[in-house]
Amino acid sequence: MSADDVKKIVLDIIADVAPDEELDDLKDEESLREQLDLDSMDFLDIVMELRKRHKVEVPSEDYPQLATLSSCVEYLTPKFA
Amino acid sequence: MNKRIVITGVGLTSPIGNDLETMRKNLIAGNSGIGAHEIRYMGQRPAGFCDFDEFKHQKKKTRRRGTRAGSIAIHCANEALISAGFEINDENRDKVGIFLGLTEHGNVETEEEVYQMHQNDLDYNLWSIHHNPRTVANSPAGEITLNLGVTGPHFTVGSACAGGNMGLIQGVQQILLGEVDYALCGGVSESPQTFGIFAAFNAQGALGSHEDPKKASRPLCKTRDGIVISEGGCLFFIETLESAEKRNAKIYGEIIGYAYNSDASDFVLPNAGRQMECMHKAIKRANISKEDIDIVNLHATGTVMGDINEMKAVREVFQSSKKSYVNFTKGHIGHSMGAAGALELAGNLPSFEDGIVHPGINVEQIDPECDMENLVINEAKETNDVNIILNNSFGMLGINSSLIIKKV
Repeated sequence: MSADDVKKIVLDIIADVAPDEELDDLKDEESLREQLDLDSMDFLDIVMELRKRHKVEVPSEDYPQLATLSSCVEYLTPKFA
Repeated sequence: MNKRIVITGVGLTSPIGNDLETMRKNLIAGNSGIGAHEIRYMGQRPAGFCDFDEFKHQKKKTRRRGTRAGSIAIHCANEALISAGFEINDENRDKVGIFLGLTEHGNVETEEEVYQMHQNDLDYNLWSIHHNPRTVANSPAGEITLNLGVTGPHFTVGSACAGGNMGLIQGVQQILLGEVDYALCGGVSESPQTFGIFAAFNAQGALGSHEDPKKASRPLCKTRDGIVISEGGCLFFIETLESAEKRNAKIYGEIIGYAYNSDASDFVLPNAGRQMECMHKAIKRANISKEDIDIVNLHATGTVMGDINEMKAVREVFQSSKKSYVNFTKGHIGHSMGAAGALELAGNLPSFEDGIVHPGINVEQIDPECDMENLVINEAKETNDVNIILNNSFGMLGINSSLIIKKV
């Protein structure tokens, strides 16, 4: 799966977890929490949706890897290989 | 009571309207809001659902995290505030309390989680992280505080189908105690979102049915065969008369009496003797006589024994009271469980202005064991004046409640 495909998967999940947010202008390198109204429960929801929809596991020690869109893609792409 | 407490706001959603005016029109016209709906595992069943806009007062994210009961509660709370012309601000947010009556809570979420787990090879790692905050018993009341920024007390009153009345009574008591100056109080129900309640009433032989779903809920009718399950909610904004007059608020009615007691006799069968005691106690507390009451709103769910027992109690108390009309609401809206008492009271409150007693509908042939003089069935009754309403709500495990409201 390409990096672009993984980015789309992550954005689709964020769109469901944070349905009031506008995602079109999201910057890849900036913190998701600073750009969006996300709290710790939302990140747990993202991890849950990755598990439920794609059977991808994110151990708690790796949660910091989900800080930005680009770090998400970098971390998750090998898991979708 | 050491303070005069009045209703100055009404917010509701029901199968026949998402505001009091619409609901009232449908009550008087005799329109049913019951339709055939697909219930998990059970196919099409008559039920009542509400169609309010969930996102009028709530963000999509909090709706996703929360519950249908919370969503109904938030709608009703916001509409009650609008109706009361009251705005939550830094000066009053800690002086408002939220008191919600519930029949049950958490079944919808738990049932859905178990269903999802079975769809996913019983993998408990997929159990929702939102399960606990959704299912704690204070959940729908707490959701209101988050939505409105209210920092006064909140809790729910678990009281089966007496919930709507009990929520309002709790609000009155909290004001009498001086704990709060204002209360948003009443009841909500999300019951038809779970198949378990349908299956349980079905197993009891007490699930209402009819080839025409609009006639499935027919309390007091000879052919009635049980309860039609509905969702709904109704919250009242209440405050002291002094406060309402100071704000120049519209007053829907004054709560002049209430009572509640327990049957201590059966898990599900009501007890006419305890219901009579409850009504008498409320009348005494209101310092009126039964002849002063213009409308008695029945609990009347449409079960065979429930209706007979309640009518035995109501006949005993009101047979000699020639000016007291008797009506019921569940023919129109089904049984909205924890919301029932509050919704049914709301539906009668406009009688203080228009003098009309709305009918109980779908009585094709009155059951002689449920008959009495002054029953208003199938067609509305115009009267000269309505000044006092008594609202009954009873629930399983034997919990009874009666509320008395007076025109101001």
